Amino acid sequence: MKQMTYAEAIRDGMRVEMQRDPNVYLAGEDVAQFGGCFGVSGTLYDEFGPKRVLNTPISEAVIVGHAVGAAIAGLRPIAEIMFVDFMGCCMDELFNQAAKMRYMFGGKAKVPMVVRTPCGAGMGAAAQHSQSIESWFTHIPGIKTVMPSTPADAKGLLIAAIRDDNPVVYIEHKQLLGVPGDVPEGEYVVPLGKADIKREGSDITIIAWSWMLHKALAAAEVLAAKGINAEVLDPRTLVPLDKDAILKSVAKTGKLLIVHEEVKTSGFAGEIAAIVADEGFDYLDAPIKRVTSPDTPIPFSPILEAAYLPSEEKIIKAVEELF
Amino acid sequence: MDLKKEQLLDMYKKMSTIRAFESKIVEIFAAGQIPGFVHLYLGEEAIATGVCANLETKDYIASTHRGHGHLIAKGGDIKLMMAEVFGRTTGYCKGKGGSMHIADLDLGILGANGIVGAGMPIATGAAFACKYKDTDAVVIAFFGDGASDRATFHESLNLASTWKLPIIFLCENNGWAISNAQKNHQNITDISDRASGYGIPGVSVDGNDVVAVYEAAGAAIARARKGDGPTLVECKTWRHRGHFEGDPGAYKDPKDQEEWLKKDPIPRLEKNLLKLNYATQAELDKIKAATEAEIEAAVKFAEAGPQPDPEELFSDVYAD
Repeated sequence: MKQMTYAEAIRDGMRVEMQRDPNVYLAGEDVAQFGGCFGVSGTLYDEFGPKRVLNTPISEAVIVGHAVGAAIAGLRPIAEIMFVDFMGCCMDELFNQAAKMRYMFGGKAKVPMVVRTPCGAGMGAAAQHSQSIESWFTHIPGIKTVMPSTPADAKGLLIAAIRDDNPVVYIEHKQLLGVPGDVPEGEYVVPLGKADIKREGSDITIIAWSWMLHKALAAAEVLAAKGINAEVLDPRTLVPLDKDAILKSVAKTGKLLIVHEEVKTSGFAGEIAAIVADEGFDYLDAPIKRVTSPDTPIPFSPILEAAYLPSEEKIIKAVEELF
Repeated sequence: MDLKKEQLLDMYKKMSTIRAFESKIVEIFAAGQIPGFVHLYLGEEAIATGVCANLETKDYIASTHRGHGHLIAKGGDIKLMMAEVFGRTTGYCKGKGGSMHIADLDLGILGANGIVGAGMPIATGAAFACKYKDTDAVVIAFFGDGASDRATFHESLNLASTWKLPIIFLCENNGWAISNAQKNHQNITDISDRASGYGIPGVSVDGNDVVAVYEAAGAAIARARKGDGPTLVECKTWRHRGHFEGDPGAYKDPKDQEEWLKKDPIPRLEKNLLKLNYATQAELDKIKAATEAEIEAAVKFAEAGPQPDPEELFSDVYAD
């Protein structure tokens, strides 16, 4: 075990896989000597050199598109898109090309690539540099969508994503980069599609991921003092979703609150809610509730941005309304 | 000319196969025997043939929505192609892809593609892999005049040039982006002019002269194999029919159509073969007859193929 920040854990995941498999390489804007705009790739360039850690032009379509071709031709690219907000510049390459090649070709192709991309608000980066849009990717059959919340999960999930033979969108949260945690050294895998109960409880299931997981955990401590014992479930992978873990938890607690930083309409909470309402209806003692950002772009003003974001207080209030 | 008799006869056979395959599709599509949409390569046969005559199995091509010609020229199996167009499980893609998504990865065919311009980034990535793995394989990215206006063209040429990748950007300029004439969708005549903007050589050739195509592509391929980077090769041509089967192509000036039909690449090669005494008319007719028979056999193979089981809907979304 080693204390690492979330950013260091992601770097370590890449390092471990690049050491193990010569076909793994990283390409993105400013990932080489500069170490990445968020410092995630760090010293990988010094370690692996210009063949394995490549600066690209500002060309998101070919950053993701070339990764599709390289993956089909036998490599295992990690394509970094600097902000998830830039994914609009490479959506065809992801949803029409990467996602569909295997199916359209009758199972002959595989596209083992990872798109790593940071999301999230709270830094005054405003509307085009702060979004959470994971539900866009969950809506694409053929793509897996992963959102680590802790350093240990970040490293293990990234190793799993790199080893997965499918295109994986791996979304890291900017607010979590400096968060420290215990991380196993060397190679280990956190399997995709497996949720994690981050806090056991009995009175309500709170499903949250990424930065919101930490807010849910903080809220759970406050709620515990008020006599409400919350179970906090971190899905870790959105697609494939660990439905069994979710239904098992709701069967135990009877109440469900879903928290995400995405906007409300068509956010992934809706998908989870529909699944539970369909397959876990008899477990429910109360309506399924969601705490999300509102249906607005993200404002610049720190006052407005704070009002925009889901908070510990909003989570606590939403839970209390169910009791 | 440098080409041997065998090579030219091979090209003739290839072009005739493409012509016969596509002509058969016209027939069966009109008869309502195949579902969906087809975009036919009739008139453009010299390009796929001339380019791919330079290639080995280890080389890759990325095709377009108008991909049957590329697939055949790269060595694709016409029975498996026909079965795919018929949607049968015996097709190249088990009926899951259709005309616009046929692929044969064993032959380095990265697939036809339903998104105009999508092949160029994919081809760029395959070229990156060839360089990364230190093979001397090359990649051909086929695309049209319409696709040369897409952002994917610009980003791909720029990246391939900057990273010196072994790729040939092969533009099939047939003068039309569906119904939009070239002069109305771009402000240049020679798409090869765009090459210098990306620091690579560009050349324009008569796309209906299979030898000219072979030579221009050959030079670009040799350059790429040596490690000297990409080239933009523009082949000027004309599609005989509409954008898709069912499109009468009424936007075309009948005079232009007539002019271009006179430049049909197959009769041109026939004339040359006869002039060079590389074949007699009887021998050429025999090749054409054999080709027709192969197409008939392909149709029979396709028709005999099973329809997919509904369970097949769910297979191969993900790799295990």
